[in-house]
Amino acid sequence: MSPRQTPLNAAHRKLAGRLVDFAGWEMPVQYTGVIAEHEAVRTAAGIFDVSHMGEIEFKGPGALAAANALITNDLAKATDGQAVYAGLLNDQGGFVDDVVAYRFSPEHIFICVNASNADKDFAWMSERARGVKPVNRSNDWAQLAVQGPKAFGIVQRLSPKPLDGVATYRFTTGQVAGIECIISRTGYTGEDGFELYCSPKDADKLWWAILEGGKADGIVPAGLGARDSLRTEMKYALYGNDIDDSHTPLEAGLGWIVKMDKGDFVGRAVLEKQKAEGLKRKLVGFELTEAGIPRAHYPILKDGQNVGEVTSGTMGPSVKKAVGIGYVPTALSAEGSQFAVEIRGRPVAARVVKTPFYKR
Amino acid sequence: MASGEYPKDLKYTKDHEWAKQTGKTVVVGVTHHAQEALGDVVYVELPKLGTAVKAGERFGTIESTKAVSDLFSPITGKVVKVNDDLSGNPQKVNQEPYTGGWIIEVETTGAEFDALMDSAAYLKLLAG
Repeated sequence: MSPRQTPLNAAHRKLAGRLVDFAGWEMPVQYTGVIAEHEAVRTAAGIFDVSHMGEIEFKGPGALAAANALITNDLAKATDGQAVYAGLLNDQGGFVDDVVAYRFSPEHIFICVNASNADKDFAWMSERARGVKPVNRSNDWAQLAVQGPKAFGIVQRLSPKPLDGVATYRFTTGQVAGIECIISRTGYTGEDGFELYCSPKDADKLWWAILEGGKADGIVPAGLGARDSLRTEMKYALYGNDIDDSHTPLEAGLGWIVKMDKGDFVGRAVLEKQKAEGLKRKLVGFELTEAGIPRAHYPILKDGQNVGEVTSGTMGPSVKKAVGIGYVPTALSAEGSQFAVEIRGRPVAARVVKTPFYKR
Repeated sequence: MASGEYPKDLKYTKDHEWAKQTGKTVVVGVTHHAQEALGDVVYVELPKLGTAVKAGERFGTIESTKAVSDLFSPITGKVVKVNDDLSGNPQKVNQEPYTGGWIIEVETTGAEFDALMDSAAYLKLLAG
């Protein structure tokens, strides 16, 4: 099966993006180079095509209650115009996916899900939802992320809508470059910026308008490679790497997205038990104290024993260190704990550090 | 691709290493094509001085932001120099693959060098 293309495929080719198959989609891993794109996002701005992401909607009376019973965070405590990061869990408390749920109103909830999980999530939600059935809107939306210290100014100049009031994890709707968008102050890079959802037919026009409008600010197109190094420096979890169906949000250090006091939700019972009994393993951020680069699936060793696994790792272009994320026994999870990462048969020393690795 | 990116005074392997004879030793690096395919190089794992290397066998590892690749020696011999500069400046492999981005220098015994591809043959290989 050939990979699917986003509405920005022609734009990526025009910009000489290096296209790869990612989660069944043909996506640019880089244009000029991962490090240059990463640095542009940290110091100026970058634009990412994230149209492969899925969107699932709950609409009508009871939409909020139906969606809220499926996720770990609490949409009832959010206000209209607020988005929440949340886990969509299975009955064992593991992640079906991690999602961002947008509350337009109690009768309209819009959930952004990972591309690789969109069909699975939709089936899972359809099966479990009570009252209001979800609708898979993934084909109806394109998404562009504009990220970096210059992102706000670039988007604001192209929009008649005042965006000052749209704080982090708030959103509004309005025109950008004459195109109707959901304008969301969210992202996956650790920088300020927006994620813009628009109709697929308008995506190409919006993309070029932002690149043109941000030219003087140094905006560059950025690919999945930079997106990964940027999010790793923030220790933002990537589904399939750092979180999956066999790890709970508590183990992943995402207790803050679990609202135990909100009433029942799928997976709650297991989390309650984990809280009472304590965690056996935790997801930590570490840096190597000897030369090397940690990569996903490398074993974590303590006293020669295999005690855990690296889930993500990179040479952080901004932190200028080899940093990684991985699951270790709770006893090894405190800051300063030492262990080794096995790199091609050789143990390389590592130390647990405070995260995010990168601080603005 | 310009032929200038594959100097005529070097020899090449199908694994995209280059080799340059300098008296009794051979200097080894990766080609322009290799560095471009790898993307930003962020780490080069070098062998220790004195390590014995064998033609066609792995002598080290090169890592870019996204990928980990083995390095293969074009010739048989003993490592007499390694480019320590790469530990602080691995991007030299991208910037100057044939000069500052060299990787190891090998004192060679075998005759494999002469059998390596010249730039014309390597360009033909790249053209597929």
